[in-house]
Amino acid sequence: MNAPNKSGWKPEMTHAESGFLGGPVTTTGNRGLMLEEPLLFEIGRKDVTGVDLPDVDAKAPTRFGGLARNEAIGLVGLTEPETVRHYTRLSRQNYGIDLGFFPLGSCTMKHNPRLNEKMARLPGFADIHPLAPQSTVQGALEVVHQLGHWLCTLTGMPAVAMSPKAGAHGELCGILAIRAAHEARGDAREVVLVPESAHGTNPATAAFANYRVEDIPATPEGRVDVAALKARLGPDVAAVMITNPNTCGLFEKDFREIADAVHAIGGYVYCDGANFNAIVGKVRPGDLGVDAMHINLHKTFSTPHGGGGPGSGPVVLSEALAPYAPLPFIRQSADDDSFYLVEEENREESGPTFGRMTAFHGQMGMFTRALTYILSHGADGLKQVAEDAVLNANYILRSMDDILHAPFADSGPCMHEALFGDKDFGGGLTTLDVAKGLIDEGYHPMTVYFPLVVHGAMLVEPTETESKAGIDQFITAFRAVVERALAGDEALKQAPYYSPRRRLDETGAARKPKLAYEG
Amino acid sequence: MRYLPLTDNDRQAMLAKIGAKCVDDLFVDVPEVARLNGPIHGLPMHASEMAVERHMKKLAAKNMAAGDVPFFLGAGAYRHHVPASVDTIIQRGEFLTAYTPYQPEIAQGTLQMLFEFQTQVARLYGCAVANASLYDGSTACWEAVAMATRVTKRKRAVLSGALHPHYAQVVKTMAHFTGDEIADALPAITPDPELAGLIARIDEETACVVVQYPDILGRISDLTPVAEAAHAKGALLVVVNTEPVALGAIKSPGEMGADIVVGEGQSLGVGLQFGGPYLGLFAVRDPKHVRQMPGRLCGETTDAEGKRAFVLTLSTREQHIRREKATSNICTNSGLCALAFTVHMTLLGETGLRQLAAENHRLACLAADRLARVPGVEVLNNAFFNEFTLMLGGKPAREIIRDLADRGVLGGVSLGRLYPGVDALEHALLVAVTETTTEEDIERLAQELEASIKETV
Repeated sequence: MNAPNKSGWKPEMTHAESGFLGGPVTTTGNRGLMLEEPLLFEIGRKDVTGVDLPDVDAKAPTRFGGLARNEAIGLVGLTEPETVRHYTRLSRQNYGIDLGFFPLGSCTMKHNPRLNEKMARLPGFADIHPLAPQSTVQGALEVVHQLGHWLCTLTGMPAVAMSPKAGAHGELCGILAIRAAHEARGDAREVVLVPESAHGTNPATAAFANYRVEDIPATPEGRVDVAALKARLGPDVAAVMITNPNTCGLFEKDFREIADAVHAIGGYVYCDGANFNAIVGKVRPGDLGVDAMHINLHKTFSTPHGGGGPGSGPVVLSEALAPYAPLPFIRQSADDDSFYLVEEENREESGPTFGRMTAFHGQMGMFTRALTYILSHGADGLKQVAEDAVLNANYILRSMDDILHAPFADSGPCMHEALFGDKDFGGGLTTLDVAKGLIDEGYHPMTVYFPLVVHGAMLVEPTETESKAGIDQFITAFRAVVERALAGDEALKQAPYYSPRRRLDETGAARKPKLAYEG
Repeated sequence: MRYLPLTDNDRQAMLAKIGAKCVDDLFVDVPEVARLNGPIHGLPMHASEMAVERHMKKLAAKNMAAGDVPFFLGAGAYRHHVPASVDTIIQRGEFLTAYTPYQPEIAQGTLQMLFEFQTQVARLYGCAVANASLYDGSTACWEAVAMATRVTKRKRAVLSGALHPHYAQVVKTMAHFTGDEIADALPAITPDPELAGLIARIDEETACVVVQYPDILGRISDLTPVAEAAHAKGALLVVVNTEPVALGAIKSPGEMGADIVVGEGQSLGVGLQFGGPYLGLFAVRDPKHVRQMPGRLCGETTDAEGKRAFVLTLSTREQHIRREKATSNICTNSGLCALAFTVHMTLLGETGLRQLAAENHRLACLAADRLARVPGVEVLNNAFFNEFTLMLGGKPAREIIRDLADRGVLGGVSLGRLYPGVDALEHALLVAVTETTTEEDIERLAQELEASIKETV
């Protein structure tokens, strides 16, 4: 594509200046299969389109009430071949699970089965309207109902709210149900306790629901400090939000004791289910005293992350919270086994619901994928999922802890992710440098600087969909990069060298934000 | 199990390295009482691709797909033709199986696409800056109200009666918990939106006024007077759009003075999908409001070699940095739906979008005229884009819709379902027409509607 080269590269640059290690500098800026691609707005044209529609008849009468848009909108178009090439070329600058190992801790980047994609695209699921007469969408309602039933069974919980759109939205659902339950008793509580190792959405969610957030400290072994938590419990505490397995990769073994203590003061237990993949089919959160837990279908149940969504965050609820579940939800008729929605129209059939969180009924496209995945694995396969995920993580932990600081290695086996810190790195090298070094080795880095309780945290989550050979190769590469960090290898500070872009000026991006194409 | 690469030999070798006898040794921290022995009860065992496909297809076959019948539903979700290449692009593994672009060096594909998306949305809306998407239109609507309360430091939002009732419900649900005051109303059943009453409700305590355009009854009107009235009281105008194709034909909300424009982007690229996943669009007219925006923003910068590059920026607004002080708790958004929107919009371009809008409007006019000739039916709207309200002369729309479905026609959305208990709306039927509607479909609806009205008491 002969588009203007805006990359900053100039023909007169030396190889060193251009950052290209070896080989001739090219006139296009491309490097073989590593292809530069201009912005759509630099190659598209106002008068070009990739669809065949009738020309606009300027004389045709309109009923816009005098509001016709006469000024140019500022959009540009490409024909189909140009469009396909533009976005295909962009796609090649992305790393995805399909390309390689993606051990992003807390994100559960497992293989996304293609049968899921195929099923979600059946016209009977993809091409139905959310407000179609319910007699015409019985199969869709049944999908939601079946998936909900599986989620309740797997978590040992009596009820589920299916409509939340993603994990953070699910957290909000759980916290709002808790707030509504307290309000119904006339019990205005103000505080939600959150461990300091929590994902940022936990405090953000609690604050949104007008709660004051207080941190709970962790013990040196990486778990919630039960004594400190119990000491803080009182009539002002509405809930605790605990991730289990926690973000240090450990099972909170005192969870039941914590739950009992929270219930004793009239509070509720919110469990962040982001890490459910470690225990699916092995442990039912309902047996641990959980009142609400969201399930990221895009983590445990393999729906694709899509470069940042869409997700889906159904929330399982205890008997105490179930009456406050948001509208809509699905019921099966006792008369004829048909399925129907409980929504505003028949609100009298719901309990004292806290209201509606979204238009329509939730992420149907994700429900079909998740149900397909669950049916594929079955009860036996899901148990194996958790076991293999945990086995892989422990294997990585024990293959690295001789050279890399593993702060909780003595706290027992990890669950589905292994946590390391940056202790003993030489020459001012940091966790970020290790992450960027792994990019050069062809891996997506692990989660870095999270959880905040470990200095220079590196959280490695292999998932169950990696082969032993693949994990062994990663360990070899990870060890090599860590050894360079320990030795203070200066070259690591400039990594990555071989990615489509080198390190970015993020400070500059924030100082003078340029958030849309100008021109 | 086809998705699990480890063999039993692998597992044994790995357990040996770890120093564990069996895998249950790795679960020792789980209290005995909470451990399950064997596969969980009450669920079937694993199944082959063929068996699962058979099961799912049976469920899918129980639904009446929109493409198989004359179809006229809208009310915030519209059926448009999605070019084949859109789905091809979004199924590329590099897009489909990527994560949120936290490592920008190996995520330029997603990031550049988001930059293009933000630019397209901003221009469509007549705004300066759009974010990288939210969950859907209804949650974007709440985020706009929440942002307006931050900007104005006021706690009262005035909702137009003709705002999609689900959107209004979402706003009211959230506001109950944040302590904001929501002044809502029912839609006045008039040929034009009733703006004078809306303007009268704006006062010095008002953070924002929220208006849908085109509104829930399909009506359109100039919102400039609302913007002026809001600004005169120090309030913001939030405009909600649920049909982005309309903005290929009618003035943008930004042009009319909207401060925040939000909407549903599902019409382009995403499809109906029984209501989700959809695509929340969010934009601001004035760049000074950028730092109060919710959600992710992609910005342009350079890399260490001076090459242009893109990165998520201004993240000090977000939950992973600000925790309880974040502008929103949103994390995962609708990245892949944003890609579908952008690819579709790229295929359309300015020319195709205008053609698409014109074709929608042409067919909608045709349908309105034909349906107005059905005895007992009146078209409410003076102005509309591709959706309008039919008054059924005292006949219950809900029953008519069910009857039409039995006749093999998905005839529209009964407003009674959206506004239960409001007598005046029990006889109103919302009809949407897009480029996928044929003239034969319109004729069929007209004939079946006539028959249905005759037979329904």
